[in-house]
Amino acid sequence: MKPAAFDYVRATSLTHALDLLASADPDGETRVLAGGQSLVPLMAMRLAAPARLVDINRLAALERLEVIDGRLVIGALVRHHRLATDPRVASAAPLLARAATQVAHPAIRNRGTFGGSLAHADPAAAFPACALALGATLTLASAAGRREVPATAFFEGLYQTALRPDELLVEVAVPAATAASRSAFVIFTRRPGDFPVAGLAAVARAADDRSAVDRLADIRLAVFGVGDTPLLADTAAAILESGPIDAARIDAAVAALDTLEIRDSATASVRYRRHLVGVALRRATAALLRPEAVACR
Amino acid sequence: MSTDLPAPAGEPVPHRRTWRLLHGRGRYVGDIRLPGLLHAAVLRAPHAHASIDAIDTAAAAAVPGVMAVFTGADIATVCAPWRGTHGLYPRLAAPLQHAVAIDTVRWCGEPVALVVAASRAVAEDATALIAVDYTPRPALADPEAARGGGPLLHPDLGTNVCLTAAHEAGDVDAAFAAAAVVVEETFRFGRHTGVPLEPRGLVADFDPSERRLTVHHSHQCPHQMQHEFARLLGLAEQRVRVIAPDVGGAFGIKQQLYGDEIAVCAASLLLGRPVAWIADRLESFSADIHAREHVVRGRIALSADGDILAFAVDDLHAIGPYSQYPRSSAGEGRAVLAQTGAPYRYRALRARSTAVFQTKGMAGHYRGVGQPIACAVTEALVDRAARKVGLDPVAVRRRNLVRAADLPWRAPTGLVYPRLAVADCMAALDAHVDLAALRRDCDDARRAGRMRGLGLATFVELTSRGPGFYGAGGVPVSSRDGCTVRLEPGGGVRALASVTEQGQGTETGIAQVIAAALGVPLDTVEVITGDTATTFHGGGTWGSRSMAIGGEAAWRAGRALRAEILDVAARLLQADAAALDLRDGVIVEAATSAARLTLAEIAAVGHFRPHELPAGPQPQLVASASFGPLDGPFRAGSGIQLAVVEIDPDSGAVRLDRFVVVHECGRVVNPLLVDEQIRGGVAQGIGATLFEELIYDTDGQLLTGSLADYLLPTAADLCDIELVHVHAAPPESDGLGLIGVGEAGTVGAAAAVLNAVDDALAARGASIGQIPCTPERILTALGAI
Repeated sequence: MKPAAFDYVRATSLTHALDLLASADPDGETRVLAGGQSLVPLMAMRLAAPARLVDINRLAALERLEVIDGRLVIGALVRHHRLATDPRVASAAPLLARAATQVAHPAIRNRGTFGGSLAHADPAAAFPACALALGATLTLASAAGRREVPATAFFEGLYQTALRPDELLVEVAVPAATAASRSAFVIFTRRPGDFPVAGLAAVARAADDRSAVDRLADIRLAVFGVGDTPLLADTAAAILESGPIDAARIDAAVAALDTLEIRDSATASVRYRRHLVGVALRRATAALLRPEAVACR
Repeated sequence: MSTDLPAPAGEPVPHRRTWRLLHGRGRYVGDIRLPGLLHAAVLRAPHAHASIDAIDTAAAAAVPGVMAVFTGADIATVCAPWRGTHGLYPRLAAPLQHAVAIDTVRWCGEPVALVVAASRAVAEDATALIAVDYTPRPALADPEAARGGGPLLHPDLGTNVCLTAAHEAGDVDAAFAAAAVVVEETFRFGRHTGVPLEPRGLVADFDPSERRLTVHHSHQCPHQMQHEFARLLGLAEQRVRVIAPDVGGAFGIKQQLYGDEIAVCAASLLLGRPVAWIADRLESFSADIHAREHVVRGRIALSADGDILAFAVDDLHAIGPYSQYPRSSAGEGRAVLAQTGAPYRYRALRARSTAVFQTKGMAGHYRGVGQPIACAVTEALVDRAARKVGLDPVAVRRRNLVRAADLPWRAPTGLVYPRLAVADCMAALDAHVDLAALRRDCDDARRAGRMRGLGLATFVELTSRGPGFYGAGGVPVSSRDGCTVRLEPGGGVRALASVTEQGQGTETGIAQVIAAALGVPLDTVEVITGDTATTFHGGGTWGSRSMAIGGEAAWRAGRALRAEILDVAARLLQADAAALDLRDGVIVEAATSAARLTLAEIAAVGHFRPHELPAGPQPQLVASASFGPLDGPFRAGSGIQLAVVEIDPDSGAVRLDRFVVVHECGRVVNPLLVDEQIRGGVAQGIGATLFEELIYDTDGQLLTGSLADYLLPTAADLCDIELVHVHAAPPESDGLGLIGVGEAGTVGAAAAVLNAVDDALAARGASIGQIPCTPERILTALGAI
């Protein structure tokens, strides 16, 4: 468990980092080192052997966390612990705050970064699903300039994203929650902090008519931990949006999850995962309808 | 001697090493730095079964910093191969095993080559450059297929069955014919391993000028390893020294000889330089000893009144491709045969155990060795039969437990129990918990739609074995241990003990026994263990024996030194030795407690001014004793474990709500350490039942080979483990008469949790006969998926 030899460069500025990414290393791949909670173990197991690491941990500009123009902007270097504890996150993106308390363990949350989790695109990760559910916009920078990519176009496959080799994910913006916003986060793990067997990040908007307590609008359901990427369950969401949410409608939405492309693992079969996704949807729906009741395992 | 031991034996003294280890002053094998030290990395087989057609090491050898690349053939020039035979089992098929595979690999992870380099990182770089041509052969991952035949792993043996052992007692057929209820069930046990925090490792240092080998070894049996290293490497045993420094857990995983480890010694022989190798976690999972992969078909016969009439078990277990060495693979099945139905008065038994080869990692001894399997099968059958006949499982246990009046109990297994306190344990459990109320609580929860279950397991743990198994079987493993106690010039005491310490507190217990035997303050006793050059040849840690055997030796050595000290004092004081006593480190008049001499004064005379002593024997101020149990094959501890679980019917997750252990092990040297042993053992049993599993695919590839996939229980997954100690009369003995405790928790925990899960499932007409009871298996049993 000793990593293969690699070069290490600590970026002193964003420009420096982007210049390094733009200059391909003749010996092989250049990888960005943020929190290192996924990359470093992969290197230790020699499942990853980058020729060069560009360490962005000293780039204070990437630690930005603020609400501007109705959007919560999260710098790529914002650590999970900060997401879990910062009051701005709790009010503007309670889904992220809740998810951050259930991702891994405190030691990992102290180092792991939001941007790193999205850029790594581990299918087991919760934050990519949260970004999908929240309709996040990702800002990718390169020496040539910046571009914005919606989360729906960012996650392309297993550990595959829209990031080009010369690009750095610098920040992520999500619409700030309003009084009508609802969210739910359900994760099934064998032990607290484990990689999930299945999980669901859900957001919705309470119906404008306050008497319609059994109605939800703008539902977005992002299933994670079961496929190559986080999966948007649009059909199920549409079913739930289509009328009063009663037992029959929930059953229909759960049935609609059958079209999701779920994969098995060494320890979880497809049918087990599909069952859990259904349980997650039931629990999440209950939590979306009754925001005072916190959904948990 | 009364039931109580003299202080400080019997007191809850905290583990002596904790303070030092918490201060970062531990000295593990990985901390040892010798001049000229080289580092090894092992290239391991990527196939479960393949022939090695060619190995090209040139590119690896050319890496700067690489000192040598050794293939199996290279290692074999200095290291003899071995067979894990056992003289009591002449039909045990023991294949020849080389330290590093030469022409065939038989499990994913078997050593194929060893790279020795200036650093571990360079060695790992080079292993990636070794080109090996393999021709894959068929894998054999399923033990049931191995029993039936399958591709032969060892064509020269002509079978994939390593050993079949059988035992029958009483009229089994008549018992089953007369039964009101017969329950038959197949139980499946997942493959587990011990996962010590500190992985396996060693630093081997061969000095060619004197052909002297010193090995710093993370191992629980250094004396055994000294003997094996000498024998297999062709060295004089007295010039082989094995030192076990701080060892961070072992659990049976560090009990055998490993090919990778002796290959490191061989590399040191070939290079004449010290070589270090520490397993990383990935290779630990693929190459540490695994355990517990059993398929057991069990039957029980119960009368309408709830009398247990008979058991029949047919055990099949998988041991990987070789018989483990030097202890062989006979012990696991033997324990299943010996422990079936152990706590109960029944009369007929038919038992068979079959060990088969397969192309998976080596499997053998792990805390409890077969006993947890026998306990789980027995206890699950008792529960099921009780339910089927319409009786409370607790009531059936009460009715059948071995009672004091039954002693000595001659069990159908052939074992004779001079003492067994299971009935006392049941009484203690009743005093601690209201079983009827727990039952009502589960039933009330069920009526509210919840899944709550109560499980009980009565267990017997065989500890402190004598020479009847290894010694009589021609296996060079000592069932004895020894201790030397000496008075240092300043009046302190230094002891050299052959038992070893892996974190369980053996040294603390030995120090307590010596302080009690001598009559000196505990902190004046220093204990040294884990060095074969300085301590007696002894067994070390295995089979719950350190205190029962090593403590006995320490007691006897301490008493002998005390007698000499009092004799020297009597001569100095011109008094009668019988009128003197040694109390709290001071020679006193026994009758008045008046102080006469300090130990330092005795020591100074003995060491520096012996001419002042009146004529008589020269002062020795050192005494030794060695002890091995010759009065019986084992000493049995026993107890009852209780688990309450709640299952989430939607997710299948099991939550442990309550866990109680009632335990009896005679006299207790240190209740704190006993509690730790039991709790740790229970945690491992719970892990086995709810979380841990080494899963291989049909090609023999390990799929759960990291701590992210092989799930150990954490504090968050456990509940408090309540302990109740029962103190029955100790065994007849002219010494301490101690009983071991190291495996008790593990023996019964799986059975208790399995029964609790099954109890919760039974209310919905479901059952599970497999551990670990994963959420997926529970949902499957419930028909939810």
